Amino acid sequence: MATTVVVTGLGTTSPLGGDVASTWEGALAGRSGVRPLENDWVERYELPVSFAGQLAVPAAEVLTRPETRRMDPSAQYAMVAAREAWADAGSPEVDGERLGVVVASGIGGVWTMLDAWDTIQAKGARRVMPLTVPMLMPNSPAAYVSLEVGARAGVHTPVSACASGAEAVAYGVEMIRSGRADIVVVGGTEAAIHPMPLASFAKMRALSTRNDDPAGASRPYDVTRDGFVMGEGSGVLVLESAEHAAARGARVYAEIAGVGLSSDAYDIAPPDPSGRGQELAMRAALRDADVSDRDVVHVNAHATSTPAGDGVEAAAMRRGLGGEADHVAVSATKSMTGHLLGGAGALETIFTVLAVRDRVAPPTINVTELEPGIDIDLVRGTPRPLPGGQIAALNNAFGFGGHNVALVVRSV
Amino acid sequence: MAHSEQDILAGLAEIVNEETGLPTDSVLPEKSFTDDLDIDSLSMMTIVTLAEEKFDVRIPDEEVANLATVGDAVTFITNAQES
Repeated sequence: MATTVVVTGLGTTSPLGGDVASTWEGALAGRSGVRPLENDWVERYELPVSFAGQLAVPAAEVLTRPETRRMDPSAQYAMVAAREAWADAGSPEVDGERLGVVVASGIGGVWTMLDAWDTIQAKGARRVMPLTVPMLMPNSPAAYVSLEVGARAGVHTPVSACASGAEAVAYGVEMIRSGRADIVVVGGTEAAIHPMPLASFAKMRALSTRNDDPAGASRPYDVTRDGFVMGEGSGVLVLESAEHAAARGARVYAEIAGVGLSSDAYDIAPPDPSGRGQELAMRAALRDADVSDRDVVHVNAHATSTPAGDGVEAAAMRRGLGGEADHVAVSATKSMTGHLLGGAGALETIFTVLAVRDRVAPPTINVTELEPGIDIDLVRGTPRPLPGGQIAALNNAFGFGGHNVALVVRSV
Repeated sequence: MAHSEQDILAGLAEIVNEETGLPTDSVLPEKSFTDDLDIDSLSMMTIVTLAEEKFDVRIPDEEVANLATVGDAVTFITNAQES
């Protein structure tokens, strides 16, 4: 009998709020966290995109000054989310050798790296801060979280673009199942609202340029969608073996019942248009959880709002869930948060866990007309109740490079 | 314009405060960076880099080991300004 892995703590800082309660409330209210950028560099560099999903509560308001100086923003966000998740789990007394950390990032410390290069060019090598490399490395957020909680069973950093945060959850599940740890702090983080990634994504025509309507720009599956909206933030969950959680009387949100990973082996950026890889991940997750597609009542879709991606996912879901897809409530929460890249899969796992616990599917906003041929039951405008009894939900996350991750969350 | 010793002490205290969170009034000339202020070698290099910028001086890496106390740093920066 495989070890059952449950969720005992949640934490986030996101464009919708500085914690889980405010973020979930914002999502259920159908609020957009996307706003115009006030940075002078938007105009200076003639960026074609002038809005993003910036944190609702700046990390500098929560962390100490020395902490913000020593951590890249990507690590700062992870630290804020991890502290909330750890406290939410009851700050468990656990042997550090049985405690692991898996915190992902898609891009890493882009601010630190490019600031340091600017400094070298303007003032020479002497002015570069000694901690530049430890700050910019993508494993820095995970390492800081491990320092925070004293994790010695291993600290890991999946880097799989926009699937990173979900891959971290999957890796944490595997650590517990294989007996390496009793508790694993998992999550993802990103702080890439910086001119360089914005310029690059815009050049790929992956970003929405609806500058006259930031809050209405992310419109997954809509016929007028024109790209994703950059977001930032972090989501962190405390995963625990059911046995360990029960022994300490921990409150349990839900079970992470199945993980499915696959790859497209198709292209460095766009998904395989056949959706074969995505379907494979969904099917693998359902099989791993030992649930049938009939048991799935809700999907938090990857759904970034790009013209290419959404159609592929909709078709893959339709095939992955078979005839039951008609009865699955699909939510696309990036319509409200923007796309947190390496943080997205983790924040959306939190949304999926809360949807299962509260039995409510969050809404998708900004959708007025589904693109013809997209055959899914999208939850639009307002939240939708989910059925009673034991239910299961899927969280999808896909990334550049052909990474596909699907997670099955089951009610307890 | 050269900074006075008092300015340099106050400036160093600000840097140490930002980097470590120690209160500025604990950064006194007789305090040892390592024994009293608990500043490790990496933080010391950061503080030195920030001090070079703030006071527009050069503090060679091989000199840093000789800066045992806050007072040593104030003296070194004062002299480096004058040279």
